[in-house]
Amino acid sequence: MSNSERPNRLFRNLNAKIASIPMVLTAGVVFVGGTAWTVLYSFTNSKLLPRLNFVGLDQYYRLWATPRWLISIENLLIYGVISLVFSLVIGFLLAALLDQKIRFEDTFRTIFLYPFALSFIVTGLVWQWLLNPDFGVQGVVRSLGWTSFDFNPLYNSSIVIYGISIAALWQGTGLIMCLMLAGLRGIDEDIWKAARVDGIPMWKTYLFIIIPMMRPVFITTLVIIASGIVKVYDLVVAQTSGGPGIASEVPAKYVYDYMFFAQNLGQGFAASTMMLLSVMIVIVPWAYLEFGGRKRV
Amino acid sequence: MSDHAVSLSATSSNPQAGVSGPSGPKPRHVFSRRNIFLYGTLIVVALYYLLPLYVMVVTSLKGMPEIRLGNIFSPPLEITFEPWVKAWSQACTGLNCDGLSRGFWNSVRITVPSVILSIAIASVNGYALANWRFKGADTFFVILIVGAFIPYQVMIYPIVIILREIGLYGSLTGLVIVHSIFGMPILTLLFRNYFTSMPEELFRAARVDGAGFWGIYLRIMLPMSLPIFVVAIILQVTGIWNDFLFGVVYTRPDTYPMTVQLNNIVNSVQGVKEYNVNMAATILTGLVPLVVYFISGKLFVRGIAAGAVKG
Repeated sequence: MSNSERPNRLFRNLNAKIASIPMVLTAGVVFVGGTAWTVLYSFTNSKLLPRLNFVGLDQYYRLWATPRWLISIENLLIYGVISLVFSLVIGFLLAALLDQKIRFEDTFRTIFLYPFALSFIVTGLVWQWLLNPDFGVQGVVRSLGWTSFDFNPLYNSSIVIYGISIAALWQGTGLIMCLMLAGLRGIDEDIWKAARVDGIPMWKTYLFIIIPMMRPVFITTLVIIASGIVKVYDLVVAQTSGGPGIASEVPAKYVYDYMFFAQNLGQGFAASTMMLLSVMIVIVPWAYLEFGGRKRV
Repeated sequence: MSDHAVSLSATSSNPQAGVSGPSGPKPRHVFSRRNIFLYGTLIVVALYYLLPLYVMVVTSLKGMPEIRLGNIFSPPLEITFEPWVKAWSQACTGLNCDGLSRGFWNSVRITVPSVILSIAIASVNGYALANWRFKGADTFFVILIVGAFIPYQVMIYPIVIILREIGLYGSLTGLVIVHSIFGMPILTLLFRNYFTSMPEELFRAARVDGAGFWGIYLRIMLPMSLPIFVVAIILQVTGIWNDFLFGVVYTRPDTYPMTVQLNNIVNSVQGVKEYNVNMAATILTGLVPLVVYFISGKLFVRGIAAGAVKG
């Protein structure tokens, strides 16, 4: 806050206002305006072109009666639970291991984080190859003599979403580990000393002292993972293209396909509004805690 | 600091010394059970993380007959670079058979201006938010940050309309604008936090000397904030290079970025699958962000930590 120079006239701070024009346009026109526009048009029967012909909640009724959407939602839930639980647990465990004052910490961290630098497309294609039933993991184990070995997630519609989750975890846990490590490093050394004086075993210290103290880090991480889950799109496109059949469809892909292929804009808008709603359920309480409690950001 | 503590607890076994020690137990034999468990676990996990990269490289260096007969984990018996050449200059997407090189150059033409534009806008904006606050600025800033969590799918179509209206839909310029818009929340936050943490006196002194908005930015803030610019560049280069959704929505087949073209090459249904070419193409696409990652090292971590934790 620049108390020294309190601008009290409109033109005093003109340059700053000019510099903020892109932000104002982005926040106002694209984020608020665009979102409002999409929500508004989700109540219309727009097909190839957006039209303001209101049909109430028709698009939403149709959406929730479409098997493909229901499968998308189910997949998203499974994928979401797996991502949340496993990336938090694995991320935290890796961070805790790296926090033991080990040697080669940088090397290990570099290895765990490098998949995060790769795109979901690259991730999806690599795992498509690794999980290839003829040449991938299944083929290799079978060629070793265990011919009944069955591990073919990408071509089995009941478990395909788990195959996608494997790839997502490989790509994303490094980031969670880094966030957790930063959180662990932020814990006062004295806490550890006090716990050691009291003779508390290490796992108990982690579980009952350190993790509760890292609550803010966990909340932030949770928000990051959750907002990433809803957006999952490229990974599915690359790894399975939604297949076999429609077994690995996700909401983001539903939106894209209805907007740009099926030429059923109304459905696309309704589906994207549902995505927005699900994100808001996570974000609004968090934003309220983060920004609402304190008056200043 | 840890060395000091360790040496303390090593010299005496009385519990008082343990108080000053760090989390771990007293230094023991290198091959203590704890170390074997610790490093054993880490090495196994590290191998798991490295495996896909290894398989990618190995597959791309084999010929197709060897792939059909052998196992994907075995190193190539006969190293061939032909798949790489083919992926780069001959692989087909639709009717174009000029390989990934087209997508690579498209991605370069998208990434370079997007990175420059988004960072220029966001750094000036963050500076205005940190040092030249005006009424209402914080409101827009909060909208911007919260807006970063809105699924892109919600805003895709309105942007299509805006771009169509100004005649940029399908062009690289349009995509550059889109990347600048969606890079703004995180970058503005990054720069705002950095400029806020700089000493206030510096800014005041420059004001007393008569420097204005742009003068202070160009002569004082910019030279003093090179590290954060590097962090922002790393963040943006990897983010924009890896983008798929915006590329597929806002460009046409001849201007597709590399990720989109890669996906089309590998997942095309026509023709015999050439796994070695596919893997070579995949590595080529991942190469730019990987190189950025391995060169930048700690700064990459700092970028995601700064962007994520404070968000």
